[in-house]
Amino acid sequence: MKGLRNYLNKIKPNFERGGKYGRFASTFEAFESFLYVPNTVTKKGAHIRDAMDLKRTMTVVIVALLPALLFGMFNVGYQHNLAQGVEATVMQNFWFGFLKVLPIIIVSYVVGLGIEFIFAEIRHEEVNEGFLVSGLLIPMIMPVDCPLWIIAVATAFAVIVGKEMFGGTGMNIFNPALLARAFVFFAYPTSISGNEVWVAGLKNGLSTVDGYSGATPLSDAAAALSEGAQSIDWSMGTTPIDWFYGFIPGSIGETSTLAILIGAFVLIWTGVGSWRIMLSCVLGGLVMGGLFNLIGANVLMDIPAWYHLIIGGFAFGTVFMATDPVTAAQTNRGKWIYGFLIGVLCVMTRVLNPGYPEGMMLAILFMNAMVPLVDYYVVQGNIKRRLKRAKANA
Amino acid sequence: MSTQEKEPLFSAKNMNTLLGPLGRNNPILVQILGICSALAVTAKMKPAFVMALSVTVVTAFSNLIISLIRKGIPSRIRIIVQLVVIAALVILVDQVLKAFVYDISKQLSVYVGLIITNCILMGRLEAFAMGNKPWPSFLDGIGNGLGYGMILLIVAFFRELFGSGTLWGYQVIPQWCYDHGYVNNGLMILPPMALIIVGIIIWIHRSRNKELQEK
Repeated sequence: MKGLRNYLNKIKPNFERGGKYGRFASTFEAFESFLYVPNTVTKKGAHIRDAMDLKRTMTVVIVALLPALLFGMFNVGYQHNLAQGVEATVMQNFWFGFLKVLPIIIVSYVVGLGIEFIFAEIRHEEVNEGFLVSGLLIPMIMPVDCPLWIIAVATAFAVIVGKEMFGGTGMNIFNPALLARAFVFFAYPTSISGNEVWVAGLKNGLSTVDGYSGATPLSDAAAALSEGAQSIDWSMGTTPIDWFYGFIPGSIGETSTLAILIGAFVLIWTGVGSWRIMLSCVLGGLVMGGLFNLIGANVLMDIPAWYHLIIGGFAFGTVFMATDPVTAAQTNRGKWIYGFLIGVLCVMTRVLNPGYPEGMMLAILFMNAMVPLVDYYVVQGNIKRRLKRAKANA
Repeated sequence: MSTQEKEPLFSAKNMNTLLGPLGRNNPILVQILGICSALAVTAKMKPAFVMALSVTVVTAFSNLIISLIRKGIPSRIRIIVQLVVIAALVILVDQVLKAFVYDISKQLSVYVGLIITNCILMGRLEAFAMGNKPWPSFLDGIGNGLGYGMILLIVAFFRELFGSGTLWGYQVIPQWCYDHGYVNNGLMILPPMALIIVGIIIWIHRSRNKELQEK
């Protein structure tokens, strides 16, 4: 290890600005600080440097994502074999899913980081760590059979239009990973909607056992509405406990509420994710679901409110997307409003517009756009209240 | 007075009036005018081209006419007079389009009529034609029309290429790409993508012309 450090020190002068390979200064810096803790020390003033810098924050989110990712890999294999009616062990399922998911992760990272590095070099800035999380989030919210080139185009769009156009990490208005998914949703709708995209191989004519449709609980519900059925026929006889554990078709990382809860625990325990947003989001979903239960005009409105929390991307969006520190509200009261409205809008989209079975993506993107407004009024409210108090005390 | 009359038709100043709107002073990129029609008619190149041509003709001749009568227009009712001139020209253009390129006229539908409300026209009349001689005003109209049309064609190029796989109605993305799983980008057909492409062009334009960047 000492040798590597010495080697880096030896070649470092080449990569200074104006050096032999000065063009790649940002790239070198990125790899060096990836390998070693940077030895930058504050020289003047009473500044505190916390070990919990942006890189560690990102690493915590990655760790929190791992349970959902590992379960997602297993579930890809499990659903594939279930559709075929083949018996398989846990390891076989996992291995199948691993081989399916790995290329998507690689494509997302290579394309996204490639663009980040190019922009860092053009702007003479350090490469930001922001994409480490986005690069893993993007594969986890895509259907497993999404062609790799579409993932590449969507990632490029999200990084260029979603982030670099606004000035890079920390400046973006919208969550880049969700932007990638929204891009696929509107640009290539056939690869992300319908019943056949959620299970590996189904689109390419996989022979399935009788009665297997690959439908997600949400598409079951939408189908029941359009057929005018009296009650929803959950395909394959899955029950809420299956949805909670995640043995259902869906995007790669979002099916298992249990695995996501483990991630949520890690995020809240380390203080990286905001519990206010998560809690208010769940409350918003429950309140809106409860309201629809009271109205009860059609089968979608009759879905018990708490079902909404464990089907579709609600849990994943709540824990990993809504809490993105850049695009979420910054004030505490703003966080409550922001989270609550995400929950409300998500359930509202699901129930009132079955054409968009997944409301979570649109709800979060919409609230991302509203965040500056929410924060502005919270801050103005604080100022007004304190002025009043100051006047009363004076 | 006599010195001005000797000024050649394509003096440096006049050339600047003509070519400025193509780069530094582009109506869409810098003044952010005429965005509405830029979003609406750029899904295909052919209608975008016809639209660009129509707007160029209308800006050029409305500039010319208003400049000719600029001294006789009472300043209180100048907007109405300007609108009458523009509306008359737009109706002319509309009739010509209907007579000769009926299909495209159908595709453009209301947007030909909406040239009347295109901000570039009023902007140029107010900012230039009301205070300049006919010939520079005419050049200014052509320049602004071309600057507008240039952006329209660039946006339409990308939208048609990626949204329909065609250019000017001819298929350019070969069939074997589709056989291997390539799919047209549905977002390109939708108006929001035109906004995003215009945004990207503005981004590139600003980063190349540093003096335009707002601090």
